[in-house]
Amino acid sequence: MKQNHHYLYKFLLGLMFGLGLIISGMIYPAKVIGFLNIFGVWDPSLAFVMFGGITVYTVLHFLHIKKVDTLLGYTKSLPLKTHLDKRLIIGAILFGIGWGLAGYCPGPALVSFGTLGFEAVVFVLAMIGGMTLFKLTSK
Amino acid sequence: MFSMEIDWVNFTPFASLLGGVILGLASVLMLILFGRIMGISGIVGTALERPKNDTLWRLVFIAGLISSAVIFAPFVDIARTVPIETNIWLIVLAGLLVGYGTRLGSGCTSGHGICGISRLSVRSLVATGVFMVAGIVTVAIMQFVF
Repeated sequence: MKQNHHYLYKFLLGLMFGLGLIISGMIYPAKVIGFLNIFGVWDPSLAFVMFGGITVYTVLHFLHIKKVDTLLGYTKSLPLKTHLDKRLIIGAILFGIGWGLAGYCPGPALVSFGTLGFEAVVFVLAMIGGMTLFKLTSK
Repeated sequence: MFSMEIDWVNFTPFASLLGGVILGLASVLMLILFGRIMGISGIVGTALERPKNDTLWRLVFIAGLISSAVIFAPFVDIARTVPIETNIWLIVLAGLLVGYGTRLGSGCTSGHGICGISRLSVRSLVATGVFMVAGIVTVAIMQFVF
């Protein structure tokens, strides 16, 4: 266990991720709905977000893939599950329905929460409620 | 019949690509520096469970995310951060579904959609396909049925 948690870096990573969500347009629910609206008038912009994000991550991840420890000396802690199960599928369906209803996924909802908009605050509180409900019922 | 119509007015390929590159960089830095997946639902959900010695950094990260709209305010069009859906009970339902669903399905757009797909995880590829189809169907129903 490292004593130095590099909290400033963690804060800056949160800030940087927020900037990416802002610049990309992902924080705008109407834009998200426009992307999901393939049967109406479709706005393909968010496909460019995924393409940019996946390309950068894939390349830099590949260069670092064989290292056991990180640049700051932490041991990697990555998901180990590889099999598909009902929880994954049902969870993704429920998430997709909620995403399509409001146009917020967790990251953009938290960024909008920072503007103290009424709907964003309500959404984030409900999201925390949903996560808590999961925790209480999954034991 | 189905015919694709592109929304050229709202199409922002360059800004969205740039934003995606920033998201990818921040996400891969989380891996390269700290060895963790940049999954927002996982970070928030785990913070709620308050694991000892492992909660504070998540709260600090979330604080950075929440501050971004204030710190980068000149880039934010506040009026557009409001959902189209105005029924507050539907917003509550959406929040509950997103919170519960992302925890049950072990991830959201960031953890599955960016990190997982890039790491060639079949689970993430399937989850991303499923939540995108569920979102597309939901938007279609809201638009054409109601």
